[in-house]
Amino acid sequence: MEDKEFFQKAVNSKYAKKIGKHTRLKESLIKIFFAVNGTMALIFIILIFVFLFKEGFKALDHIGLLDFLYLDRPDASGNIERVFQWYPTSEEPRYSLIPLLIGTFLTAFPATIISTLLGVGAGIYLSEVANPKFKEFLKPMIELFAGIPTVVLGFIMLVVGASFFNDILHPANRLNAFVASIGLSFVIIPIIASLTEDALHSIPNDLRMASYGLGATKWQTISKVILPAAFSGVSASILLGFGRAIGETMIVLMCAGNAANLTSNIFLSVRTMTATIAAEMGEVSQGSDHYYSLFFIGIVLFTITFFLNLIAEIIINKMRKKNTF
Amino acid sequence: MELKKRKKDIAGFVSIGIVRITFSFLVLILLLLLGKIFIEGIGVISLEFLIDEPRNNMTEGGIGPAIFGTVAVTLLMVLFAVPLGVFSAIYLNEYAKDTFFTRIIRTSINNLAGVPSIVFGLFGLGFFILFIGKNLDEVFQTGLLFGQPALLWASTTLAVLVLPIVIVSTLEALNSVPKSHRDASYGLGATKWQTIKNVVLPQARPGILTGTILAISRGAGETAPILFLGAAFFLPNLPVADLCIGDYCIPMINPTEQFMYLAYHIFIMATQSANPTKTLPIQYGSTLVLIVLTFLLNITAIIFRYRFRKLLGRL
Amino acid sequence: MKETKIVVKDLNLFYGDKQALKKITMDIPDKRVTAFIGPSGCGKSTFLRVINRMNDLIDHVKIDGEVYIDGVNIYDRSLDIVNLRKNVGMVFQKSNLFPKTVYENIVYGPRINGIKDKKVLDEIVERTLNQAAIWEEVKDRLNDNALSLSGGQQQRLCIARALAVEPEIILMDEPASALDPISTAKIEELIHDLKKQYTIVIVTHNMQQAARVSDQTAFFYLGELIEFDRTTTIFTNPSKKQTEDYVTGRFG
Ligand SMILES: Nc1ncnc2c1ncn2[C@@H]1O[C@H](COP(=O)(O)OP(=O)(O)OP(=O)(O)O)[C@@H](O)[C@H]1O
Ligand SMILES: [Mg+2]
Repeated sequence: MEDKEFFQKAVNSKYAKKIGKHTRLKESLIKIFFAVNGTMALIFIILIFVFLFKEGFKALDHIGLLDFLYLDRPDASGNIERVFQWYPTSEEPRYSLIPLLIGTFLTAFPATIISTLLGVGAGIYLSEVANPKFKEFLKPMIELFAGIPTVVLGFIMLVVGASFFNDILHPANRLNAFVASIGLSFVIIPIIASLTEDALHSIPNDLRMASYGLGATKWQTISKVILPAAFSGVSASILLGFGRAIGETMIVLMCAGNAANLTSNIFLSVRTMTATIAAEMGEVSQGSDHYYSLFFIGIVLFTITFFLNLIAEIIINKMRKKNTF
Repeated sequence: MELKKRKKDIAGFVSIGIVRITFSFLVLILLLLLGKIFIEGIGVISLEFLIDEPRNNMTEGGIGPAIFGTVAVTLLMVLFAVPLGVFSAIYLNEYAKDTFFTRIIRTSINNLAGVPSIVFGLFGLGFFILFIGKNLDEVFQTGLLFGQPALLWASTTLAVLVLPIVIVSTLEALNSVPKSHRDASYGLGATKWQTIKNVVLPQARPGILTGTILAISRGAGETAPILFLGAAFFLPNLPVADLCIGDYCIPMINPTEQFMYLAYHIFIMATQSANPTKTLPIQYGSTLVLIVLTFLLNITAIIFRYRFRKLLGRL
Repeated sequence: MKETKIVVKDLNLFYGDKQALKKITMDIPDKRVTAFIGPSGCGKSTFLRVINRMNDLIDHVKIDGEVYIDGVNIYDRSLDIVNLRKNVGMVFQKSNLFPKTVYENIVYGPRINGIKDKKVLDEIVERTLNQAAIWEEVKDRLNDNALSLSGGQQQRLCIARALAVEPEIILMDEPASALDPISTAKIEELIHDLKKQYTIVIVTHNMQQAARVSDQTAFFYLGELIEFDRTTTIFTNPSKKQTEDYVTGRFG
């Protein structure tokens, strides 16, 4: 090892080649190029946050936080009356988000309930009941279903669905929260169905075998073993579906009637947060209080959906960790 | 024994039956919905309908400009979103180490996918039009050119909206290239970039393409974010301008103009048409075109991904 | 005694906090076959990857000590690692051919090194496939997908692909462990032919294989180099008790 000869070989060895400045520069430039792109993607995400909040908080310059909840005003006889109204274009503008929040939940909540029943059922069918070959064909169908543009669903609910329910239920308003929530279900069912299917599918087969081995029937296995094991995944899918229902615009804009009623009656017209932004942003004059208050609604929307998604993601990540031993 | 078991499982039989019925019910509804659109819409579909302009206060004529606008906007969108998304994904998957920072990026991207699309519209207005656009106008002294709703800003906004789709599918595609292939390449004396370029990207290409197609389909179907970003009720002219180099001129998409959009067109015709009943066939026709367009895109993507997965399964 | 090709001095390697190689010191002779044996997880692959610095690609790896090839310290910071890997070929346990044609697989290395001339590339393909003793079998299938070949053919193609960049050293990590006996015999024959021109280091779990193909054998245990000697000595008259236990199959 100490032999001199060995080290003398280094002089004209092909291993001795030093790293080329050119190569090193090129490789680092390429790396920087990709890093810049990655950073830019992140910056866009941050910018969404920044510009939404920057514009939205300007609303608070002239409108108090409480004004977004209610307005106290004297009525004809001089008594103070507390009103919950969204009427920003009035002489005496009212900015209460309460009717919009109610409208949003009155459409999103029933939609989520309907979609949970049907979507989880469909997910169970896909994962546990359907024959595997048929499933290969059905899963893409669900995806196609999920890919239908929401304006199409809004259109169909508007021209067909609304009349259909009008004839059988005779609601007070032809366009109402119920019709919108049926429309929303079309969006959410495929989401819940495919995520439920994922959650059920990720349950190790051993668990099924163990259950069958103990003499359990198929349904006992599904209801007592598989569903409880996939509970967190299924709940995450419902949360994501709910978030999607709250954030959906076109269907509620076309089908919910758009009157900012303060009601718990699902058969009355309501106005959601998303529809308010969509309907009013086009006409509002830039820089007005009304304009900023629409951004403020955006903040509320963003925050609600952000937390719903975050919780869902945390649940899903936990589930992944649990299922990979 | 046999009999007894059967009797015991009536509840199971019923439950599984309900599950089956649920699914069949959904399929039925979906078929009814699609069938209705097809039957009502197919009558108006013709070559003229696809190329012509709306006429007579939009109660007659075709949807040519709306199709053109959709193609133009999504084309520009792809130009912005795909390079940015693919390069970001390459950075995340190939270069960045798994740190707190990269995990934040990944989480934000996942969360970006759940932000309501109307919020992207607000972002487009606040950032692209009022910030970037207004500043461009000021710097270049162009008057009011960029600081107003226009095709360009609809595209950039949709690009941000579909960015998570592109990034996530590219990440999946890159991830599916086996580590052993990278090792082989490094072992032969390839640099990192050579390995990415010659081994990783060719294998990931179908996956990246799948993501791109899904992004186009999503962008073409979106309505809410472009409502106040330049989508127009009716435009007498296509958003086209001649780009001239010397005497040689070619017509190009003019990104500073407003545009018609198929999805928006359906919305407007259904809710604000001068004569909604008379134009109902046109509405169905437009809807049918949009559905066929998104289905074709999605089916292509699904087939691509199916082939891609099968190919990988064999390796 | 043959000339020395690779010198390793006091080499320690850590995966994070876990030490995988402990104070390894050894000289690997030129144009001979050196076999690494030892129980699973003892660090054979890790040590093999030290020689062409493949461990650099793994996060959190720390290395200290010295490794010289032809007197050159390959862990010198200014050294061109890419050039090093080009001159130290590697064949992996499982064939990792690219999903491309046979031809494209072979010319991958030469191409990234800037050879563009089709004639030269054709020559390289024929020469290396001949060297890997697979020319006759695949000469009509050069444009077929490489993955359509049999497992044994694929592995020999991997060897040919490694030869195409004209290395002086070839590292093989259990190159025949996934193959049937006939293919294994072909690979061993090939190794025997190749050692006239190349320095070969091979990791194997198969004791008979080590005995058949190698001139020197190194026995590793728990990250340490226990014994390194002529293969005949290791298998017939080892000086360490652990080595004897292992080669006689009493543990591991
Ligand atoms: N990338 C890595 N990160 C962390 N630890 C690793 C990594 N690769 C290997 N190790 C650990 O280092 C030790 C040596 O591994 P190595 O693969 O070199 O063993 P080996 O002798 O080749 O085993 P085998 O005969 O099974 O191939 C093992 O304990 C292994 O768990
Ligand atoms: Mg090993």
